Amino acid sequence: MIFDHDVLVIGAGLAGMRSALEAARNGADVAILSKVHPVRSHSNAAQGGINAALGEGDSWESHAFDTVKGSDYLADQDAVELMCEEAPADVIEFEHMGVVFYRDDEGKLGTRAFGGASQARTYFVGDITGQALLMTLYDQILKAGVKVYEEWFATSLYTEDGACRGAVGLESITGELHLLRAKAVVDAAGGCGRLYEPSTNALICTGDGYALAYRAGAPLMDMEMVQYHPTTLAGSGFLMTEAARGEGAYLLNANGDRFMKAYAPNKMELASRDVVSRAEATEIAQGRGVDGNVLLDVRHLGRDVILKKLPQIHEVALDYIGIDMIKEPVPVRPGMHYMMGGVKTDVQGATSVPGLYAAGEVACVSVHGGNRLGANSLLDTIVFGRRSGKAAAAYVRSIERARGGSALLRSEQERLGALLARPYKGETHAKVRLDLATMMDKYVGVYRDEAGLQTALDELKTLRRRYEEVAVGDKGRVFNQALQFVLELGYLLDIGETVIRSALLRKESRGAQSRTDYPERNDAEWLKHILLTRDSSREPRVSYLPVTITRWKPEVRTY
Amino acid sequence: MQFTIEVGRYNPEGTYAPSASAPQEFPVPWDKAPPRRYQTYTVDLPEHAVVLDALIEIREYQDESLAVRCACRSAICGSCAMWINGHAHLACKSKLQAFTKDGKTRVESPPSMPVIRDLVWGMEPFWKKHHAVTPWLEPKQPVPGPREEYRVANAAMDNLVQEVSCINCGCCLMDCESFAINDNFLGPHALAKAYRYAADPRDATEKQRLGSYSGNGGIWDCTHCYECVQQCPKGVAPLEQILKLRKMAVDAGFTNNAGTRHADAFAESVRESGRLNELTLMPKSTGFFNIVGQLQTLPSAINMLRAGKLPPIVHHKIPGVQRIKTIFQRIGGRFKK
Repeated sequence: MIFDHDVLVIGAGLAGMRSALEAARNGADVAILSKVHPVRSHSNAAQGGINAALGEGDSWESHAFDTVKGSDYLADQDAVELMCEEAPADVIEFEHMGVVFYRDDEGKLGTRAFGGASQARTYFVGDITGQALLMTLYDQILKAGVKVYEEWFATSLYTEDGACRGAVGLESITGELHLLRAKAVVDAAGGCGRLYEPSTNALICTGDGYALAYRAGAPLMDMEMVQYHPTTLAGSGFLMTEAARGEGAYLLNANGDRFMKAYAPNKMELASRDVVSRAEATEIAQGRGVDGNVLLDVRHLGRDVILKKLPQIHEVALDYIGIDMIKEPVPVRPGMHYMMGGVKTDVQGATSVPGLYAAGEVACVSVHGGNRLGANSLLDTIVFGRRSGKAAAAYVRSIERARGGSALLRSEQERLGALLARPYKGETHAKVRLDLATMMDKYVGVYRDEAGLQTALDELKTLRRRYEEVAVGDKGRVFNQALQFVLELGYLLDIGETVIRSALLRKESRGAQSRTDYPERNDAEWLKHILLTRDSSREPRVSYLPVTITRWKPEVRTY
Repeated sequence: MQFTIEVGRYNPEGTYAPSASAPQEFPVPWDKAPPRRYQTYTVDLPEHAVVLDALIEIREYQDESLAVRCACRSAICGSCAMWINGHAHLACKSKLQAFTKDGKTRVESPPSMPVIRDLVWGMEPFWKKHHAVTPWLEPKQPVPGPREEYRVANAAMDNLVQEVSCINCGCCLMDCESFAINDNFLGPHALAKAYRYAADPRDATEKQRLGSYSGNGGIWDCTHCYECVQQCPKGVAPLEQILKLRKMAVDAGFTNNAGTRHADAFAESVRESGRLNELTLMPKSTGFFNIVGQLQTLPSAINMLRAGKLPPIVHHKIPGVQRIKTIFQRIGGRFKK
């Protein structure tokens, strides 16, 4: 079937729903397509909080400087300034919508400390901040009556005369393909943690939005900037919030030393994530780890603080590794967590493809540059979610309704039909995905070098050949998850290639890109963004953009 | 370690593996639920593995046709609620070892909910109820300025965090005994959500909310079976939120309903005689002047009479009832009289 709307938002996490709400408030007929029910989105997993310079004695300039320094000067400073300036009003808006933020003794919003920040400016609800924001926002879109195509999977964007005019969606419950036509599309489909094993991300974080936009001609920017979170649980890789260190937790090596004093003597455990992750990787590599991990110790915070402010990680450690954090330190290690890079947008969320907007983790404005500060991702989603929704609603006012698209719908039906008919020759999506993700962690992880990255690129080519032989192990129509997983794997392979190529190109160490063969930051040559544009017949096209510097000249970065 | 998993499979397209069992029906009150065919798998996993690990292992390496919803794997997203050995649980939070009974673990979609395929079930009943309690803040006026929060005590926010921890998995509703026989009941999760907004000091509509939650299908239709408290994987304890709502509603004057009359009649009988007068409890709860309602209870009364279950006509006080009265006086509140 064909459905028409003004604005189609892909993804129903915080960025997607905030965008949809704003588009609806601005008079657009808006619909959301999401492959899971909105409240299952991965914004849920953001634990620690959301940053804003709201407190007395704090200023948005200070927040912006911390963000720029945290980014290792790769963030565009105009975008950072705007985000930090608008942060207080956006956070307050969520308070007005009903988020049950923690309060201080005067009944005002209370803060906690977070990594890389010069002031305590992180607002929170226990360690379930993302969940609290997401649920509140979901209830707001219910109130606004926004249409949600729930458990629909986007297989392709629809472009007409070079402009984005909708998407083809696979309705899981019937197995039918539909064309969702729109005058503008907001891509808010979230991150791509499944590209790495292990990762803190949910199984649904398969980078759909990166690949959809990339295939539609939008460039991907700063894709080499992959954040490893310093505290992910040994084994499963589950997130152990930075709020633990914000509340005062220690990181210990096998000798029981707080090793951060050798790497960041001033900020210690609260240095930027890239700095802490590298320190841990070095400790482990030099034999001071505990079975490939370091220890996160919160015992001195006491039972009450742990149960009141860190209940979720206490529960996770108990459930999945059998450790009671009140009594014992818990083994953690750096694990893939977040993509700083993504679909290049301006501060309105507009990409270079007319009619296509992007917001949230999938987008690269860029406000995170080479390394994102903790509690800036929730902020990014609500500020740029709002901005993209407003811009899309304004854009559609002068646009005529699209009429075409049935040819794309037919060709997508044929493509999926052929995929389903492919005979089984021994390759499965699970095997190829695991090999891809393990390979990415090995060669494109915390430390990188030319030889390893070249190996990764070669292995990726092999994985692509294997992908061509992957069969779909379910032939049914209703809730055919295998078909969706095969399509997602295709997305991951595209994204993996852009990450490896960008990491190869950037011959320096900056933020999350740590090249052992180029250990220094090189502002003379590399104070710039790397953009890759897809070319279906050959290697992606490389281009560069200068970093926007407004008031903070790059300095040596120490914590 | 080897684990054996027995999966209740359902496929609307009618395709099943030859090794699947014959269709098996559910007992009353779920006898209308489509029958399932059970298929057995063996997986080799570490001893601390959870049920979801087994299901993912099966789906990835043994049988790609097995449908199961999951995302976070750590009890945050609420996707993988299902029946495990006949009760509601999150698959990602249920240790295989603890759930192995007679050498196997049985998983299936709950028969109390519409099934879509295998372990994927329809959440429409859940979300319809959620929507029905006006699940958003109706902000108290005047709303503070764009850089200013509502000033409220942290304790007031903390009081709501228990409900805010809800991950909407549906475990409470799928095992709710009242819902099993009464579709109209708003159910544990929605009423917990109702409390979350009614008790929010920033909400302007507490009174309207309490009125609407006191109606049919609302707070008084809960039977206190505690299934929701037991099955909730996040400690939301929906029944406790419902009890708080009842107190708020009665205090706000919403007493003209069977629930309040039932509580009053119950308390009065115990206070005055030291025991429950079952003969007068029903008519008092229904309301003496509610002729239609009284007539509707007649068939039950006749059935009870036939089964010899009618309570004694003459109700006797226990000795020392005065001491019971004293207890009521000491506690104070609505029931002291």
